[in-house]
Amino acid sequence: MINLLINDQKVSVQAGTTVLAAAKKLKINIPTLCNHDDLCVAGNCRVCVVEQKGARTLIASCATPASEGMEIHTNTLKVRNARKHIVELLLSEHRADCTKCYKNQNCELQTLANEFAFGDHIFLDLVENKKYNIDRSSPSFIKDDSKCIRCQRCVRTCSELQYISAIAVANKGAHQKISSFHDRPMSHVVCTNCGQCVNRCPTGALVEKTYIDQVWDAIYDPDKHVVVQTAPAVRVALGEDLGYDPGERVTGKMVNALRQLGFNSVLDTDFSADLTIMEEGTELLVRLKKALVDGDKKISLPMFTSCSPGWIKFIEHKYPEFLPNLSTCKSPQQMFGALAKTFYAKKRNIDPSKIVSVSIMPCTAKKFEADRPEMRSSGFKDVDYVLTTRELAVMIKQAGLDFRNLEEAKCDSIMGDSTGAAVIFGATGGVMEAALRTAYEIVTGREVPFGNLNITPVRGMDGVKEATIKIEGCVDDWKFLEGAELKVAIAHGLVNANKIMKKVREGKAPYHFVEIMACPGGCIGGGGQPIPTNMQIREKRMKAIYAEDEHMVLRKSHENPDVIAIYKEFLDKPNSHKSHELLHTHYVERDNY
Amino acid sequence: MYQVGNLVKELSDKHGRLRESLMPILQEIVQKHNYLTDEAMVEVARELDISAAEVYGTASFYTFLDTQVKGKYVIRVCKTITCSMKGKSDIIQTLEEMLKIKVGETTADKQFSLIETNCIGWCHKAPAILINEMPYTELTPEKVSEIIKDYMQK
Repeated sequence: MINLLINDQKVSVQAGTTVLAAAKKLKINIPTLCNHDDLCVAGNCRVCVVEQKGARTLIASCATPASEGMEIHTNTLKVRNARKHIVELLLSEHRADCTKCYKNQNCELQTLANEFAFGDHIFLDLVENKKYNIDRSSPSFIKDDSKCIRCQRCVRTCSELQYISAIAVANKGAHQKISSFHDRPMSHVVCTNCGQCVNRCPTGALVEKTYIDQVWDAIYDPDKHVVVQTAPAVRVALGEDLGYDPGERVTGKMVNALRQLGFNSVLDTDFSADLTIMEEGTELLVRLKKALVDGDKKISLPMFTSCSPGWIKFIEHKYPEFLPNLSTCKSPQQMFGALAKTFYAKKRNIDPSKIVSVSIMPCTAKKFEADRPEMRSSGFKDVDYVLTTRELAVMIKQAGLDFRNLEEAKCDSIMGDSTGAAVIFGATGGVMEAALRTAYEIVTGREVPFGNLNITPVRGMDGVKEATIKIEGCVDDWKFLEGAELKVAIAHGLVNANKIMKKVREGKAPYHFVEIMACPGGCIGGGGQPIPTNMQIREKRMKAIYAEDEHMVLRKSHENPDVIAIYKEFLDKPNSHKSHELLHTHYVERDNY
Repeated sequence: MYQVGNLVKELSDKHGRLRESLMPILQEIVQKHNYLTDEAMVEVARELDISAAEVYGTASFYTFLDTQVKGKYVIRVCKTITCSMKGKSDIIQTLEEMLKIKVGETTADKQFSLIETNCIGWCHKAPAILINEMPYTELTPEKVSEIIKDYMQK
């Protein structure tokens, strides 16, 4: 252990701990902008400077390891003046139109400026003399260079967490900027729209593209019938933006709030998550049968899940030769969308052209997904508007709802039923677990051999998880799988997806089925989730997801009554002709830059 | 616009495919072609298995690794203080008149590009210019016009 003094208080920390972390242990707050728990040390912004006894200059506490006998002061005149000047200098190059900014009241730079209570400018305002680019090309987010303070959290996120590096630092000095390849629009580079950078940007330089006003317009339009679906990960995180602690489940209140906002029908993505399991589970079993029994060499294994639109775009850019390995199933959002304007419209006797389909997602890539040209199987745009968890919180605040005191409510019927299997889609390993719960039962007629249906080997925060399930006691139809060992793998965060894909490319991946989620922790850590998101918070949300699952009466997708009903009334059976028409899709190869 | 062909592959074989191979590879492409095309940068990214944005980021940091189309002869006029005081402006005026382009532009026949540069270390013999890698010093308008005439004959 290393002993040091911070503001005359003793603290002992492990070797390698930064001064910043040591101060945190003493509950001494040192401001930071470029530092983020998920990312490597950068030392770019300098806001965290502190005074070290005997040192000639101030040191950046985020980038300095604590050492024995160190004496640190965090609030001397020298430190205060330096920090104040640093923040002022950042502001001198920052287009501070705060009251009109999307990040107003949710901006780390604004918070610091507020703390320092600048009365006036000390330095010249350079914003007016600079040429800035505001890139609105992506349907998912806006990149506004005039707000950028070049802390490079986004650059580190894109490279360390997501292995994409769609953006990098370009030019130098006064011309330094965060740039895509040769300043191309973000819609035309390898960007997966995952929004992890948006979640980490300390200012308004990277924000989701919002569709709140379009959704309000639809709600107020008496001619429109507005349906809303909410993804499983939203209900365990929405509370954070409404004054709750991380990890609190607000499912019932959220449903009530959506009704109060004026949505005509409040439905659940859980329904189509269960449907995904039926379609994808069947697809997997059919692929296995064709490969193992029929010896069909054209069958691509392992099969990859296709729920995460960030992951889809990643493989389209980076590993297009493995597109046949992707499940052809649409994501739950898009299955829901396709059914809302067909099955639901018919059942409720509503003209599908009058239906506006809205989804609330923990995700920014879903905005891109809804815009894909393939996603129009109903004859209309299947999902009209996608809002993030954060945007829903904004709508709830705009409507003046007293969220905390709302009664709990339940989703409407027809596409509103849910199971525990669908809920866990929100956490890494969840789709795998849900698929195994159903597939194992189809093949053997028995429940998965795990206590209380909890398939623990596929859970948790390890970047890459592997598991083997031995299949025994098959029913007649699936006898060919008797004794077979189903090998599965799970990755979350594209840097981990890349590890698996490298193995697959080298022919060293023995798996049959692989679940990949673009975001760290799965959807609970999605780019559209409340800010901040970090490891601690992801773990709390994950715990909440599994608690939600345990609380459900139905915990297997094939037991969802709405799913059973839709096959009976509309789709016939999984992978039927109708299913393929509405619930399956195809993918495109994209450039790798 | 040149075609990069096998060049990037050859250079990667020569310098390796590690992150630190990036600079020598980019430098050698620029030595040969005077600037980096998008195609060349994408090719380098592919060979080194890094992102194209990262290659562009590195290239754009260095003034001498141009990412805009440049002519066969790149004339860099030193804009730093000594050369400025010793008559840089006259040199630029002569060059602009002879080449019929402004600073930052390239002639229509893609023979000459005219740009300003920071100090090139010839303060004791100011004003100075570089044409590709060759320095010319203690210039006067007359001297510079002789030099350019020579290049025009080449």
